Amino acid sequence: MELNASLSLVRPELILSFSALALLLLAAWREQAGRLISILSVGALVAAAAFVFAFMAKGTDASAFDGLLVNDAFGNFAKILVYIAAAISLIIAPRFLEKMGAMRAEYPVLILLSCIGMGVMVSATDLISLYIGLELQSLSAYVLASFARSDGRSAEAGLKYFVLGALASGMLLYGASLVYGFAGSTSFSAIGTAMNGEVGLGLIFGIVFILSGLAFKISAAPFHMWTPDVYEGAPTPVTAFFASAPKVAAIALTIRIVLEAFGSQIFVWQQIIIAVALMSIIIGAVGAIGQQNLKRLMAYSSINNVGFILIGLATGTEQGIAAMLVYLTIYVAMTLGSFVCLMQLKGKDGGYREEFADISGLSKTRPALAAAFAIFMFSLAGIPPLFGFWGKLVVFNAAVAAGLLPLAVIGIAASAIGAFYYLKVVKVMYFDDAADVIAQSDDKVLVWIGGLLAAANSPLGYFAIPALGVWTAYAARALF
Amino acid sequence: MNAADIPVLSIMLAIPVVAAAFCLFVRAEQARVIALVATLANLALGVVLWLSYDPAGAQWQFTEAATLFGPIGWRLGIDGISLTLIMLSVFLMPICIGASWTSIQKRVGEYMAAFLLMETLMIGVFAAQDLLLFYIFFEAGLIPMYLIIGIWGGQDRIYASYKFFLYTLLGSLVMLIAMLWMIQFAGTADIPTLLNTDFPVEAQKWLWFAFFASFAVKMPMWPVHTWLPDAHVQAPTAGSVILAGVLLKMGGYGFLRFSLPMFPEASADFIPLVFGLSMVAVVYTSLVALVQQDMKKLIAYSSVAHMAIVTIGLFTFNQQGIEGAIIVMLSHGLVSGALFLCVGVIYDRLHTRDISRYGGLSINMPKYALLFMLFTMASVGLPGTSGFVGEFLSLAGAYKVSTWATLIATTGIILGAGYMLYLYRRIAFGPQVNADAAAMSDVNGREMWLLAPIAVVVLWMGVYPETFLAPIRRDVATIVARVERAAPAGDSKLKLEDPTTAPYRVVHGLKKNMAEGSH
Repeated sequence: MELNASLSLVRPELILSFSALALLLLAAWREQAGRLISILSVGALVAAAAFVFAFMAKGTDASAFDGLLVNDAFGNFAKILVYIAAAISLIIAPRFLEKMGAMRAEYPVLILLSCIGMGVMVSATDLISLYIGLELQSLSAYVLASFARSDGRSAEAGLKYFVLGALASGMLLYGASLVYGFAGSTSFSAIGTAMNGEVGLGLIFGIVFILSGLAFKISAAPFHMWTPDVYEGAPTPVTAFFASAPKVAAIALTIRIVLEAFGSQIFVWQQIIIAVALMSIIIGAVGAIGQQNLKRLMAYSSINNVGFILIGLATGTEQGIAAMLVYLTIYVAMTLGSFVCLMQLKGKDGGYREEFADISGLSKTRPALAAAFAIFMFSLAGIPPLFGFWGKLVVFNAAVAAGLLPLAVIGIAASAIGAFYYLKVVKVMYFDDAADVIAQSDDKVLVWIGGLLAAANSPLGYFAIPALGVWTAYAARALF
Repeated sequence: MNAADIPVLSIMLAIPVVAAAFCLFVRAEQARVIALVATLANLALGVVLWLSYDPAGAQWQFTEAATLFGPIGWRLGIDGISLTLIMLSVFLMPICIGASWTSIQKRVGEYMAAFLLMETLMIGVFAAQDLLLFYIFFEAGLIPMYLIIGIWGGQDRIYASYKFFLYTLLGSLVMLIAMLWMIQFAGTADIPTLLNTDFPVEAQKWLWFAFFASFAVKMPMWPVHTWLPDAHVQAPTAGSVILAGVLLKMGGYGFLRFSLPMFPEASADFIPLVFGLSMVAVVYTSLVALVQQDMKKLIAYSSVAHMAIVTIGLFTFNQQGIEGAIIVMLSHGLVSGALFLCVGVIYDRLHTRDISRYGGLSINMPKYALLFMLFTMASVGLPGTSGFVGEFLSLAGAYKVSTWATLIATTGIILGAGYMLYLYRRIAFGPQVNADAAAMSDVNGREMWLLAPIAVVVLWMGVYPETFLAPIRRDVATIVARVERAAPAGDSKLKLEDPTTAPYRVVHGLKKNMAEGSH
């Protein structure tokens, strides 16, 4: 009975697990069915999302497996976001990977497995389940990074990601062992209880190590070094996936562990988060300036954005968490949209292009694509009236409400540095002479998805503000 | 007429957006026509707005409120100050479209779309009654202007567009944090409510500085004015017109709408700062203008000098000063716009902005020389033109506060006469040294249609300024009453009681009697 109740709370993960296994069998049986399996995987994600919606409608807030996992509004919100991002990554990939000669049936299966890991991550309430979820997600990601086996850069990206990821996992585990040793439990709530009152040095060390490991996973400075290389090397659809879903999951995980386990000692972790946030914003902005490769640019952009998101966490307030979720939602739309644009940069010679020189004067040869890309860039820069502005606004609003004025002022001033390189993309596309190396688009799916995401980032997105506000506030309340 | 039921402001905001969307998908000729029709329609709506605005009615008229966007309230409404600035915007827009009719040949649809979006954003800035909505309109203008300068600009357009964007962005971002703080403090983003919120004096200083950072860049005040000459010189003619005509006014409008009534104590404390920077600006930029070889640069520097008179007028805390500052803003919007158009007329013929390449144009272009002279005189501030009314009022107001600042600012008028007349002499008078300049044809019908309306309004404002003072008088009085508690004592120490307002009241009373008599 107890087991049944627990299992009923992880139905989305069960569906995904069974689908992944079944599709793996299908993949072994039919090597070339990549497209079919992709479609079925999207179906599995939709089914899982339907269960999550059912949970959200019921408003359950129940613990499963003796406190290893929790099914609450926060986790469910993050899962929906993860599933949407993963589904888009699945839909945009097949044609692209086929052209590269790298489409294999394992691609959708790996993404599904990664989604299971992410589902566990966002609902973990114990260091053990946290680690299992994180590793399942990471191991799938390592393979995905090197998915284009014939491409040396892709293999390098996978290896680099694996080695550095293992290092981060090690740090996380070391921190977890310290926390367990000094708190006497791996459960978040028990750690939270143990942390009331005086906090010993050992526990603080543990927290620092755990946060370092997590900073690696969300590619926050100073643990961001892997990001540009992996983003550049991995096939573009995979990079789009890395930049969206796992980031949502890892940030949600960070939020939960920080608030539920260490929540009572805000002074222990707040300074760390503030430092990491500001470093990420500045390194992300400055590092991007010299980049010639657009995927590397997007990598620095993601570092920069993570910094802004972490400002919400630094507040430690319900408003701050809700703001982070708003930002994350908009960020997923912005970043996926940018990568969809990048994926359409197919050269006239058939190869994919990803350098600044290739998009020179793009607005003359591909006006719609250039306009969409410009929308995403201005949105990422947080310039009103594009929707990205709203994400920055709510995060800074939370910081101001929490009295973190210096952080807000420095953060927002640094965002002007970031605007410089986003503007550079627009400048190259609109002001420079046409290089005319990009072919006309032949992929309707990309055009449609890019168009939809561009519309979401345009001022039309503002119509979503009320609904987004209600959902994120509801999700954030679950943690307090 | 029941204008209150029709959301005129929303319609005025919507027309250009819809037209812009059309412009992107049609051929060049159609895009031009669509843009012209849309801007003329907005001008017509502006006239409706002007005629149905009741100067004695409620402070905020044509108000609209909708809660479509959650915390960002779609709240619009105008007072007299907003009305005049909206009128300025919708008046200049068709002229801008006309000015680009033949000179813009590449990517016409996108160009027209950018200008139409610009119009929406300008109207939005002046009509927004929600702090966040204001910020969105205020900041969003950067994108179309960046593209206008960058795509259709001159030689160094990329440097100028970056400088424009980053300068103004950096200035505005800190203001956003201040706005968020104010919204938290007051519990609302409603501007009319915030206007009557008393912020703690200590906080006011910080808030004032945050707003100052943004508006001083936008205005622009010395020493953060350096983006302006670059942007002006590189922008296409119509871009310069909009930049000088309306965008600079957003800074003045911001001081008037936010800094003064929301932070009266801080504003009073920082009068020496504002006056100091303005005095430097008047003298320094006038001297710089005197030695310019580039026509557009000269007018750009003269803009900085004129805007400095505006800031002096605004921070006088009295009726004359503030009314004068608004009139200078309106007058400068028209006159500098017209001067940029005049430059555009000859630039289109000879493709150079170098003053020495012209000369003796009054011989072969008499109509042009006449119009150019009118605008030159208006820029100098000759009585009978709009420039005189504004400068006189604001300096008269300033005299009450600081005689020294007035003395120095007045030298700006003398220097202004110097550089403008010198410019006019080099271009219109003297021998026809350049054969190609001597062969230029006079203004054609299209150009006449662009310049003549501005000339009419400039004279109208100079001869009968009451038309433009009537709608703003009550709103300026509201601001003056609001800031009265912090008003500076002034150093003129007049023996008789307040001579600046006494004759003024008589005139005002006379108007009233006349108006009543005509009923």
